[in-house]
Amino acid sequence: MTFEAVIERDVSVAPAELGVRRARFWTLRRIATPIVIVLVLLALFLWIQTLEIDSIMARTLNADYILLRTREHLELTFIASALVAVLAIPAGIVASRTTSRLLRGTILTIANIGQATPAIGFIILLAIIWQIGFQTALIALVAYSFLPVLRNTMVGLAQIDPSVTESARGMGMNPGQVLRRIELPLAVPVILAGLRTSLVFCVGVATVATFIDAGGLGDMIVNGLKLQRFPVLITGAVLVSCIALLIDWLASIAEDLLRPKGV
Amino acid sequence: MTDSTADTGASRVLGGRPTEATIRTTTTITTVKNTSGAHIELKNVNKVYGEQTVPAVEDFSMDVEPGELIMFVGPSGCGKTTTMKMINRIIEPTSGSITVDGRDVLSLNPNELRRHIGYVIQQIGLFPHMTIAENISVVPKLLGWSKEKTRNRVDELLSVVQLDPKTFAGRYPKQLSGGQQQRVGVARALAADPPVMLMDEPFGATDPITREKLQVEFLRLQESIGKTIIFVTHDFDEAVRLGDRIAVLSDRSKIEQFDTPANILRAPANDYVASFIGHGAALKRLALIPLYDALLGRASDARGTASLPETDSLRDALDLLVLTGLPAIGVTDASGKVVASVTVDQISAELGDDVGGAAAGALS
Repeated sequence: MTFEAVIERDVSVAPAELGVRRARFWTLRRIATPIVIVLVLLALFLWIQTLEIDSIMARTLNADYILLRTREHLELTFIASALVAVLAIPAGIVASRTTSRLLRGTILTIANIGQATPAIGFIILLAIIWQIGFQTALIALVAYSFLPVLRNTMVGLAQIDPSVTESARGMGMNPGQVLRRIELPLAVPVILAGLRTSLVFCVGVATVATFIDAGGLGDMIVNGLKLQRFPVLITGAVLVSCIALLIDWLASIAEDLLRPKGV
Repeated sequence: MTDSTADTGASRVLGGRPTEATIRTTTTITTVKNTSGAHIELKNVNKVYGEQTVPAVEDFSMDVEPGELIMFVGPSGCGKTTTMKMINRIIEPTSGSITVDGRDVLSLNPNELRRHIGYVIQQIGLFPHMTIAENISVVPKLLGWSKEKTRNRVDELLSVVQLDPKTFAGRYPKQLSGGQQQRVGVARALAADPPVMLMDEPFGATDPITREKLQVEFLRLQESIGKTIIFVTHDFDEAVRLGDRIAVLSDRSKIEQFDTPANILRAPANDYVASFIGHGAALKRLALIPLYDALLGRASDARGTASLPETDSLRDALDLLVLTGLPAIGVTDASGKVVASVTVDQISAELGDDVGGAAAGALS
């Protein structure tokens, strides 16, 4: 499915981006992405116009329905990503600070399990033992997209030149000041790269929320399959892909703008 | 230098050299003693890392006078850096006592302590995400200085290290050359006017030309600020050039000799120190003796047109003698007038002469 392709692409891209220096702002990719998104959506819209819409399709292929599902999808994505940021960045700081191998190992193992477990299995298990709905979907999303932010926070802190932190200490900053004024600002580009990956994960995985009645564009995809209405399925899939691309694009701009100057 | 030594020196000057040189030398000494530095005392300091049985630093004791520039010289891994870093507690000593102006360093809050000790390391460690001005403002900010006071101090310090504040204050470290970064490193360490500076091979990563330039600037700076400085290097020549006193260290930071550069060059305490000095000890000593401190010949003895100013060293004089092949060359005063002459014999006599050596060493 399309969203899985999106996920795979980003997993491979994320680590390579760690070493990327501040490049030109308007690269070809940056200009092309929004144009491609608009063209694809336009083509989809025109194609739908040529179809004969039966009553079953009409229930989903209307503006109200699509906007509602899109909003649910984005809510899931952004709330989950915000939770990931709030939880995974501190966890990454703790994991890189602690001298306890056990603690670091535990944090990493949990994050790895979260990502390695198929999201659909996890979300359904969670629904069985707990409840269906938005909150369950949210937890599953957080668990699934936790690792990139955690790992990038650790990498971001580890890649800082030790002489920089030593001179910060030597000038009389306490550990908290070193972290806040020196280490975190310098780790920002790498942490943001992790968040970007995480966001794109969430867009893709949020489609499985439909199985536990948590809404989102997954509804369209599943309905399209179940009801044998391929225009519905394709609309859902294309929308998810475009959202993933759009969020990735916005996140890349945020990365450039938030990266500390001089780095 | 004592007055009697100076008098002896002056009375033996041939060719009616005025006693001006003596006076100037004495003035230099008083200038150096004008200091904002602190007194540092290390007593029986030990450092043992973790489970290791062999200490990294063993029973290290040293007394540093206010305003002294002390060089720690030794091979890599001898514990010289560890010893230095215990003074600002980047490394905690295992036992022993360290005091700065009588205050026990180990009883102070380490962060508070470090704000009053300048710290320069070889890799400089400028904060890449901060401008040069922000880098220099770090300690003043930690100390709660007002914005205006901090800004003025930044401009002042950039001028001191010969970087134009207008051009450089807003730049980021990576936009500067290595030498410029190193100057910013020194300026940053001086920001809150600390009485003590710790410098760990600060010029080690620069090319030889930049290094020499930085050394000359640094000496001039130290002459005006008179900090107490502990300076770690593995380059003995750098130690000779900069230090008031040199501590030659061997394994476990053992002090093999602790004396003025001239005294160490003239009388190395043992083979270890001698091996550290390497070849050309006599030439290195000559470089420490300015012409105005030496016994010179009459101005009329000078042959040819070759001459050099009296502020140059005996080594420069020897160099010119060898180059020109003349038996004697002229020595000029500040106005450019030939006031004395110098020959190879006179230069040799300075080396064999303990008084000459002591005079050069008396700067400490």
